[in-house]
Amino acid sequence: MTLSVSDVKRIADLAYIEIDDNEAKETLTQLSGIFNLIESMQAVDTSTVEPMSHAQSVVQRLREDEVTETDQRELYQSIAPQVEAGLYLVPQVIE
Amino acid sequence: MFNASLKQLSIQLAGKKISSTELTSEFLQRIKQLNPEYNAFITVNEDLSLAQARAADQMIAAGQAGPLTGIPIAQKDIFCAKGWLTTCGSKMLSNFVSPYDAGVIERFNQAGAVNIGKTNMDEFAMGSSNETSYYGPVKNPWDQAAVPGGSSGGAACAVAARLAPAATGTDTGGSIRQPAALCGISGIKPTYGLVSRYGMIAFASSLDQGGPMAKSAEDLALLLNVMTGFDPRDSTSLQRDVEDYARDLQKPLAGLRIGLPKEYFAAGMSNDVASAIDKALDEYRKLGAQTVEISLPNAPLAIPVYYVLAPAEASSNLSRFDGVRYGHRAESYSDLADMYRKSRAQGFGPEVKRRILIGTYVLSHGYYDAYYIKAQKLRRLIAQDFAEAYQQCDIIMGPTTPTVAFNLGEKSGDPIQMYLSDIYTSAANLTGMPAMSIPVGFGDKNRPIGLHIIGNYFKEAQMLNVAHQYQLATDWHSRSPV
Repeated sequence: MTLSVSDVKRIADLAYIEIDDNEAKETLTQLSGIFNLIESMQAVDTSTVEPMSHAQSVVQRLREDEVTETDQRELYQSIAPQVEAGLYLVPQVIE
Repeated sequence: MFNASLKQLSIQLAGKKISSTELTSEFLQRIKQLNPEYNAFITVNEDLSLAQARAADQMIAAGQAGPLTGIPIAQKDIFCAKGWLTTCGSKMLSNFVSPYDAGVIERFNQAGAVNIGKTNMDEFAMGSSNETSYYGPVKNPWDQAAVPGGSSGGAACAVAARLAPAATGTDTGGSIRQPAALCGISGIKPTYGLVSRYGMIAFASSLDQGGPMAKSAEDLALLLNVMTGFDPRDSTSLQRDVEDYARDLQKPLAGLRIGLPKEYFAAGMSNDVASAIDKALDEYRKLGAQTVEISLPNAPLAIPVYYVLAPAEASSNLSRFDGVRYGHRAESYSDLADMYRKSRAQGFGPEVKRRILIGTYVLSHGYYDAYYIKAQKLRRLIAQDFAEAYQQCDIIMGPTTPTVAFNLGEKSGDPIQMYLSDIYTSAANLTGMPAMSIPVGFGDKNRPIGLHIIGNYFKEAQMLNVAHQYQLATDWHSRSPV
């Protein structure tokens, strides 16, 4: 598999990480090496194997639909970058 | 006192030979003196630690003390602790004072243990040398030119340099065991699901597991007794009966079958490590154990599989760091998307970005089956190898790392060489099995060597027994660099 600089920029865009041309070029070299390592997986035939997503085969626990959290809005917002009137502020999204 | 075991400290505290306040002050003083050299701690907060020590002294006076009451424990900076700066080794969280306690922190608090400080670590636990920390690398106390390992490098250094009697770590691909080996201490990653992940900042959720790091297996047992237990706030926490992990420490090892995977005793292991492991296995034979060769044919695939699954889960987990509710936000930006992009570009270091990009790619449209699903299928084959191996043996042993600690800067420019540091350790995360490292000697440049002990699911008590019997017969674990 061969990656290109434009692939790296596209992935960075999907991951919401700003990246400039120089960083993208440097990253390309490193990612290509890592993907060569990963490529060794393809040598094994796994056509009849079930994927294993988790170490323990447990089912999702359910609980009663009860309020378990107390209101700690002020505490949680005290560490936010920007808040006003109990709201988290972000740049305007809708015109 | 700095070399005392947890049991000895507990006896001294219970017998009022020393108060927790005095003990805590002594360690704080030692940290103040030596941390500038080692950089093992990111945050020390004397007021918070001493307040806990005073509370512990009251518990002791009231006759309510448990085995860890009043004992200072260094907490990895991945565990959220209320009122403590909790950075996860990242600029992204350089201003994050946690508003709540992780499940693990709660358990130590309830036991009356004292949080002696937050230890340095690779950024978001992504690294094997502690060099990816935003707060600078940690030094290996045995040789300051060497890395301490990672990601729990600060924890390993703190225990080895006797800056704390014990510490917590987390292990996603070897992050407890590899630094324990490189710093000459003991550390265990329990079976996946035994230690709460609530408030433990997530890296790769299906692999992450917290565990203790200490001077001896006996200390690890006492720490596991406090750290493990069901937590409904962690969706993968296991509901099991409470165990005493120290219950089997004294059992003789006669008849124990130790499996030696031929794939782990192959090319790649350095001579000094091979020789120390051989001597340790001889000691086990003297203790009555027998060794059998086993095979884990898919073991060499653990690293490629790990470097698909861990980054995939990380890219998802780390999407929460967007500069909105907490953490770093860029100073200037043009719109919301630009704010995300700049905040994340500035807040994350190069290794974290690299892994997010790998993860984003392998989960992206058109590549999901070829990489992510393929890796999950191989994960099952690796787990099956272990299940078959346990038909022939009770426990598996090998080296924790292929070499002794490498030099600071030696591998930091080459991610693949760095990733291969975890060649023996990452399989236990993929399978969820418990695994530990204990010190078994010294190699090149007098740097420590660790023996890797992998157990079957929930066999922690047996593994600690196996490690403890070795530690009764040898003194590698009591050697200290200071």
